[in-house]
Amino acid sequence: MNPTPFANPSTGAHVRSVRSDLPGDLMEVSMGPHHPSTHGVFRMIVTLDGETIVRLKPVFGYLHRNHEKLAENTSYLGSMPYTDRLDYLNSMTNNWAYARAVEQLAGIAVPERAEYVRVILAELTRLLNHTCLAGFLMQDCGCSGTPLMYAFREREKILDLFESLSGSRMMCNYQRFGGCRVDPPADWLARAGQLVAEYGPFLDEFEALLTGNEILLARTQGVGRLSAALAINAGVTGPMLRATGVNHDLRKVDGYGVYPRFQFRIPLGEHGDVYDRYMIRILEMRESLAILRQALAGLPAGPIMNPAAKLRGFRPKAGEAYGRIEGPKGEIGFHLVSDGGPNPWRYHVRAPSFINLTILEDLCLGHTVADAVIILGSIDIVLGEVDR
Amino acid sequence: METLPQLRDRIAALFPGADVVLVTNPSPSAQHALRLDAPHARAIATFLRDDPALQLDQCTNVTGIDWPEKEVVDVTRTTVPDPAGGAPRAVEEKTKRIEPGRLEVVYHLYSIALGHGPVVLRLVTGNRTDAVTLPSLTPVWRSAEFQEREVYDLFGIVFEGHPDLRRILMWDGFKDHPMRRDYREPDDYEWEPTPHGDVLAKAKQHYPAPTPTPSAPSTP
Repeated sequence: MNPTPFANPSTGAHVRSVRSDLPGDLMEVSMGPHHPSTHGVFRMIVTLDGETIVRLKPVFGYLHRNHEKLAENTSYLGSMPYTDRLDYLNSMTNNWAYARAVEQLAGIAVPERAEYVRVILAELTRLLNHTCLAGFLMQDCGCSGTPLMYAFREREKILDLFESLSGSRMMCNYQRFGGCRVDPPADWLARAGQLVAEYGPFLDEFEALLTGNEILLARTQGVGRLSAALAINAGVTGPMLRATGVNHDLRKVDGYGVYPRFQFRIPLGEHGDVYDRYMIRILEMRESLAILRQALAGLPAGPIMNPAAKLRGFRPKAGEAYGRIEGPKGEIGFHLVSDGGPNPWRYHVRAPSFINLTILEDLCLGHTVADAVIILGSIDIVLGEVDR
Repeated sequence: METLPQLRDRIAALFPGADVVLVTNPSPSAQHALRLDAPHARAIATFLRDDPALQLDQCTNVTGIDWPEKEVVDVTRTTVPDPAGGAPRAVEEKTKRIEPGRLEVVYHLYSIALGHGPVVLRLVTGNRTDAVTLPSLTPVWRSAEFQEREVYDLFGIVFEGHPDLRRILMWDGFKDHPMRRDYREPDDYEWEPTPHGDVLAKAKQHYPAPTPTPSAPSTP
């Protein structure tokens, strides 16, 4: 076999190409890293027996920029914009998870209004993530274009809200330790309320298009089954875990922020297959709308920032904290170790889609290549977060 | 759930000879930890997962931390009585000691079944150079599989008993461990075949220009 032409100039090492010495009918295929179904730069080395997958090894790191090292070399506040770039669909929840970890590390209280605004933004983020995911999943199933365009049309409305509040569509950099950066004005809240009112009818329309669709049912039901025991042991979180029937949602378990004040239900799956993962997300969006209606109605007046919180020259005392929230993709957590200096001594991201990938091989074994594409789509990965 | 000191005592009773130390966390988060010794770590982890009162079934997060060798100044304050009969004097004595370098792995455990946590486990290597082997907890919690690979990749901790310990974020031929505090990237790191600026100047040291082939003598 000829060496690949892309040798690393500093070490002279060659990237291993796929094997061609497998016995019998087995064949090794490299899917990705540049493939539209891999949701970014992600590679799967798949061993096939005919069309059936007998082995699958994910390869990633193509977007690795050592986010954690960058954070160790900047101030606590300076890392906030970088967290936007982890899971670039959900910058608001990334901000919140990081702010929560720092607030636990330094013992900073958050005003009530800011907690409500955080809930509103997190649930809007959940809407946008799950809408996009449903669209991408349909794209992976082969429904080229239409569902994704519907999804992106609605996503753009949420991004407009984010832009008018934070100044940026996707890289919001909005949360601060002890509150939020700007106070949402009344007309912004009115626009958010209108979006929430219009989102239910959109979901009805979206579901009429998809949920009972025969092609979707045939492609997703019984595909990529995950058992509850494996999901818990492998650290799978978020909609992936709840699709297996495990009632675990940090909004209920930890009751962080002001979530205990709202009435909402946790949708649970039965089979843990791709269809359940799709359906859980649709149902979660309906619950998010319920939370949004309550939060917008109950938003109290008051300060948006804790006036005692210090942003410049912030030096938490030595110690460490692990803060986590329920992000749209699962448990997003930050582990911070402080040595009393202005920069974190150690800053670690618990990225949900990175850990949810652990069971990718287990889900794909015995299925065909076309199923691997939708199984990967149903895990809901963002490579900015996987590779960090 | 029982408190952490109670848990430590129970572990010490169940695993005689195990060195389990309570590590207090002075921050307001108050997430204290248990430091386990390497030989008993996997047995204790299995106990934590399977014990009916604990059921720590989810290992959420695995973090590697690098602690390089550091000089620490210990200050001891003593009061010395004044032999002349006056007020006793306070005396500060400063002693310097070298804190040896080490690598650490931190595991955050939660129980989905019982809804409690976190229980924080810490494992420490002997040093940063040759005694960097720790037992893998992947056989206990599958969620550690990719995370321990990441710690191996970025910190260079070797996990014994890991089913597939390879680099995960850096490429296979990469030599160093970039999350170590003393990591410096090689100066030809940004080599690229575009002729501009500092990068080219650095690259020239590593990739000398090919010696010119002697051309045919020109005829007058």
